[in-house]
Amino acid sequence: MSAGPIVLRETGTVRAPLVETLHQWVTTVDHKRLGILYIVYALIFLILGGIEATIMRIQLIRPLNDFVSPQVFNRMFTMHGTTMIFFVAMPLVFGFGNYLVPLMIGARDMAFPRLNAFSFWMTAFGGLLLYFSFIGGDGLYGAGNAPDVGWFAYAPLTSQTFSPGHSTDFWTLALLVSGFGSIGTAINLATTIVCMRCPGMTLGKMPLLAWMNLVMSGLVILAVSPLSAAQIMLMVDRYLGGHFFDTQAGGSAVLWMHFFWVFGHPEVYVLVIPAFAFASEIIPVFSRKAIFGYPVMVAATVGIGFISMSVWAHHMFAVGMTSNSNTFFVLSTMAIAVPTGIKIFNWLGTMWGGKILFKVPMLFCIAFLFQFLIAGLTGIMQGAAPFDWQLTASYFVVAHFHYVIVGGILFTIFAAFYYWFPKASGRMYSESLGRLHFWLFVIGFHLTFDFMHVPGVLGMPRRIYTYEPGRGWDIWNVIITIGAFFQAAGILVFLYNLLWSYFHGEIAGSDPWDAWTLEWTTTSPPPGYNFATVPEVQSRRPLWDLKHPEDPDWKYE
Amino acid sequence: MYCLIAAESAIFSIFVVAYLFYTGKSLTGPQPRDVLRVPVFFTICLLSSSLTIHFAVKSLERGKARAFALWWLLTIVLGSLFLAGTAQEWHHLIYEEGLTIQTNLFGTTYYSLVGLHAFHVTVGLLALASVSAFAVLGHVKKEHAGRVEVLSMYWHFVDAVWVVVFIVVYLIGR
Repeated sequence: MSAGPIVLRETGTVRAPLVETLHQWVTTVDHKRLGILYIVYALIFLILGGIEATIMRIQLIRPLNDFVSPQVFNRMFTMHGTTMIFFVAMPLVFGFGNYLVPLMIGARDMAFPRLNAFSFWMTAFGGLLLYFSFIGGDGLYGAGNAPDVGWFAYAPLTSQTFSPGHSTDFWTLALLVSGFGSIGTAINLATTIVCMRCPGMTLGKMPLLAWMNLVMSGLVILAVSPLSAAQIMLMVDRYLGGHFFDTQAGGSAVLWMHFFWVFGHPEVYVLVIPAFAFASEIIPVFSRKAIFGYPVMVAATVGIGFISMSVWAHHMFAVGMTSNSNTFFVLSTMAIAVPTGIKIFNWLGTMWGGKILFKVPMLFCIAFLFQFLIAGLTGIMQGAAPFDWQLTASYFVVAHFHYVIVGGILFTIFAAFYYWFPKASGRMYSESLGRLHFWLFVIGFHLTFDFMHVPGVLGMPRRIYTYEPGRGWDIWNVIITIGAFFQAAGILVFLYNLLWSYFHGEIAGSDPWDAWTLEWTTTSPPPGYNFATVPEVQSRRPLWDLKHPEDPDWKYE
Repeated sequence: MYCLIAAESAIFSIFVVAYLFYTGKSLTGPQPRDVLRVPVFFTICLLSSSLTIHFAVKSLERGKARAFALWWLLTIVLGSLFLAGTAQEWHHLIYEEGLTIQTNLFGTTYYSLVGLHAFHVTVGLLALASVSAFAVLGHVKKEHAGRVEVLSMYWHFVDAVWVVVFIVVYLIGR
């Protein structure tokens, strides 16, 4: 905890000079500061990735548009995908994990604070490396600057022959570097959760958020490592003249697909399990009921973790695998819907009969429930191999995974932002701006991604930079682009809300939501040491026990 | 450390899968059975270093500093012997057999798998060496046995990986 001053604002001492403050932030090893750094960093990249998405949507608003060239369009979708997954979603998840896990399990910091800082800076420089390609990707060839091989970078597009210059190298290195950062953070989170819980907090009394972060860390360890290995192989191919993915020397392009999706599919669950975690913390508090079916929830999470390691090839039905392997991956894909469905019923069971408070975090969670259900249903549709053969690489797929990542993951992340903003900043956000953000974003989301299914079914392939008029796609693309602008407006309102509330929001107090987990026992923002005395817990809702000594939870668990 | 080992195992398993997948798929020679010789002596060196590091940690736990230093040094010597063996093997392959990482699929997969392992041995040796530097300065005492134990776990892992690599490269792959 060498992280410098402990809440200057509260003690009323003179503010440290700017250079000193910056120095403290750069050299910090405090889990809360690193969490905030992760989140701010992700927000910056969210804007970049959003700009790229908007450029694509402007290009596609009408047929035969020439807003950007085909080359630029390729770079935009590659950078958009890579940025949003690796430098927005992952850092957001890790940021919240970093900030919340030690607070929720009553620890004073992560298990390895310096590893934590190291991991953050690895991720941060990975992102910078990726974006440096806009300047340095040309190499000597004058060929394309930013990576343009698609976010899953199928071989042989990535070979020297088809990607001269350095753009693909930037992509590879950025992912390798940030991947090591992710593995570091995952090791750290897992160790923290296993070893640093406060007295009395057995595994069965741990908040669901901690449980889900534990499973997520396990998935990161098992999923990101294969990606790193595959990136090393790609570098061997590109720099040392190896033949891993070189079909002309007997190498296999399909092997890259397997390696990528062995990472790629668990990655979805790496992102969505923390989203589940936010929903599992927020929905009970705003329904004024304890979570329904805690043990089943844990079991379902662990089940998802296991099954998610064996579904990767459902991304590859169109490649031409044997019918046995197709069948296996269809079945495992269907199987993963079961624990996910259990979770949705548990959240509904939590809300059932509760006194629901429709605050902004809860609004986002409710929207999440609906949208995630639909995302899951289209997922099952495509999980059936014959249906996938029809729709693969069409806009239907794009609509499906954006439904998962935006409608499911991003919505709960917004909920988490509003829910924990008072804790991190000490001030309340503006409820009316929050609602404005919610409605703008819900409308924009549904305009864009509901209607994106239609051109997909009508046969519009993904990644095309333009299309002929009169195929029945035109009006849908107009609607999709209009929706994108609504979403962009929502994001701007959201960012403005964060900034405005940070300076002018009402003082929140330590427990504005009358919540039950340990992070609300300490001040907002929490001091550098988190808890003056290490708390001791007896149930899953320690703060409820404190507030209601006459009717404590531990009598019933 | 268990988590790190899990992550490392995942990385190695990807390389092992690639090696097995590409076994016998090289379009041009040299093929493994023509050029590879089974490095029995160096394998024995590496595997026995697992024993010596185990004895070193045990001695440290009992507070026997001298025995610890001796076992520890022996471990480093055995590890270095193994690395020298790999170097010699690669020298033979490159200069006498003309097999490089660019030659064929066998070369690509062989050098990256064995190289990845050799890299881990090197990292392990550097860590072992830094512990022995501390030991020379008298900073490694009984109460540090836990930390040294963690390092020895890594070393056991590197040895265990070699067993897998050995089976894959020298037994199945040939």
